[in-house]
Amino acid sequence: MSKYYLNYLDELESEAIFVLREVWAQFENPVILFSGGKDSILVTHLAKKAFYPAKIPFPLMHVDTGHNFPETIQFRDDIIKELGAQLIVGSVQESIDEGRVAEEKGKNATRNALQITTLLDAIEANKIDCAIGGGRRDEEKARAKERFFSHRDDFGQWDPKNQRPELWNIFNGKHFEGEHFRAFPISNWTEMDVWNYIKRENIAIPSLYFAHEREVVWRQDSWIPNSEFLVLEDHEEVVTKKIRFRTLGDITITGGVESDADTLEKIAAEVAGMRNTERGNRSDDKRSESAMEDRKRQGYF
Amino acid sequence: MLDNNQLLRFTTAGSVDDGKSTLIGRLLYDSKSIFEDQLEAIENTSKKKGHEGVDLALFTDGLRDEREQGITIDVAYRYFTTPKRKFIIADTPGHIQYTRNMVTGASTANVATILIDARHGVIEQTKRHAFIASLLQIPHIIVCVNKMDLVDFSEEVFNNIVSEFEEVSSKMLVKDVRFIPMSALLGDNVVNKSENMPWYQGAPMLHTLETMHISSDINKVDARFPVQTVIRPQREGFIDYRGYAGRVASGILRRGDDVTVMPSGFTSKIKSINLHDKELEEAYAPMSVSITLEDDIDISRGDMIVRSNNKPEPSQDIEVMLCWLNNSPAKPRSKYTIKHTSNDQKAMIKEVVYKYDINTLERNSEDSDLAMNDIAKVKIRTTKPLMIDPYRENRTTGSIILVDDATNETVAAGMIV
Repeated sequence: MSKYYLNYLDELESEAIFVLREVWAQFENPVILFSGGKDSILVTHLAKKAFYPAKIPFPLMHVDTGHNFPETIQFRDDIIKELGAQLIVGSVQESIDEGRVAEEKGKNATRNALQITTLLDAIEANKIDCAIGGGRRDEEKARAKERFFSHRDDFGQWDPKNQRPELWNIFNGKHFEGEHFRAFPISNWTEMDVWNYIKRENIAIPSLYFAHEREVVWRQDSWIPNSEFLVLEDHEEVVTKKIRFRTLGDITITGGVESDADTLEKIAAEVAGMRNTERGNRSDDKRSESAMEDRKRQGYF
Repeated sequence: MLDNNQLLRFTTAGSVDDGKSTLIGRLLYDSKSIFEDQLEAIENTSKKKGHEGVDLALFTDGLRDEREQGITIDVAYRYFTTPKRKFIIADTPGHIQYTRNMVTGASTANVATILIDARHGVIEQTKRHAFIASLLQIPHIIVCVNKMDLVDFSEEVFNNIVSEFEEVSSKMLVKDVRFIPMSALLGDNVVNKSENMPWYQGAPMLHTLETMHISSDINKVDARFPVQTVIRPQREGFIDYRGYAGRVASGILRRGDDVTVMPSGFTSKIKSINLHDKELEEAYAPMSVSITLEDDIDISRGDMIVRSNNKPEPSQDIEVMLCWLNNSPAKPRSKYTIKHTSNDQKAMIKEVVYKYDINTLERNSEDSDLAMNDIAKVKIRTTKPLMIDPYRENRTTGSIILVDDATNETVAAGMIV
């Protein structure tokens, strides 16, 4: 076989770098949406590669629900320091304090949906015309139809039935004042690809992804970490388990799986054998068949 | 998965009736790419709808409207991996009103799969799908003759369909066509070899996809490097660094190559090729790299670095096979932004030479209206020259899109003749 071909990881990397450079070239004020999760860490790593030896040209924007894993915030601050990048924080707590949104009630209350308002407010306040996300099409069925360059109207809304066609690698980021774009450089990566690449490049990720001992509660078919925000039901019991997280979201809704995988090699092997999707442990997606689509239409990540 | 595994992108065109969704569901299910929670969700929905067993077709329905109506409206992307390759499926609807979605899905595909219902043989829709595959120059076509179980797995039926299809495709520009008799519903010849059709000597679909030779599909002759952006680090150690960032569209560029910058015509030599902190000897499509040159030349986004002995044609008058993608039809002599690689210019559609009747595939030079889903040969005039190659030689430097400045929407996609 000819030596002039790329393997799948190199091709995905090359595609993502191309998309990131297009974003830089087509927009005035783009940012990377940084959650501290592996996908946004990966996007940040790819942006570093795309513009080397220049500094990463995008500020990182974090929508802070206040319900964080402390490890995530530490990781975020470290990476900002290492890259010398600018950090923009949109605070859900502030949105609540200002009366822009109201806290959900009840034991399954989360701040997940509240993030939409904070995110859109931060985009508007910082005059951001493109927010780069780590969304992947394999994650969820509504995401399977996302474009690399995804248009949002001046209310920040996504209109999935009326998307711009995207052909070859020609991206159309033209927009009017007040509208913005979401860009998804790792659209074509699967969870397995992400892990294989993180392993190959030896990218630093928060310790939460590795198996560790933690106080947890069994709820909605997964281990929810005990935290100051968790309201326990009478029948619920806090136990200590060796777990790890497959995705990172709010500490109140991110369930862990029991695991002994404490190295990148072991995680990749474990993911390869997994029989459930990674979002299967996210209670925000379990609310209905179209939970993700409904949130995305309104402006969610 | 091995480190040298390739990525293969294929498109499926077909309607609900062809069993396209069932085929994709079957590929994913039999290659063990469906997760348990996904399967559970489908089982529940199947039960709710009163289907017997698990309806694998439900697996590919994405948006709420589609689930309600039971049709695929947009292009949906699916992923699966086998020990041999990673696959991306661009799943598109097959009806005539979704021609634009099929064109979109086909634009990046290495392989087109065309579904035929064995009971009906080659129908108008089949011809349209083959036409789109040839128009978009997809290098390989797999014709899936499905529902063989409903024609008693008859070899004769299959052979007749093969002849019918070959008659149609002989008039088109298609290179590599393969035929597979199958039953997606029962799983015959999708992942596993059919026991019902011992007369079929070929491989099942998945094995065909896994072993198909695709690395020669990329143009390795004409070195083309459209510049996306210029990297100028304002930091110590790199004060004089000026890197031209881009993705190799085709061909191979090596350190020391004599290059010409288009459209200015300035010449220089490649000083270095970088990917992050690595120095490379050469770069080839589709690698994203940064290139530095020996001489300080004014280069910006939209320029193209090419080898001096092999240059594209700078042209302001281009002939294009255009597919109209937008609800509002083209306005006569109206102006658009044309996007070609990293270059944006203003452009005007000067003339519609002929339009295809998408049903009969006949050319009609009387009708010059361009509405949604129309495919036509047009003449376009641009304000400044574009560095073009014919689409059949180069899918990247031979393709364009048109953007309506009034709405900013992508209204058309074109292949340069």
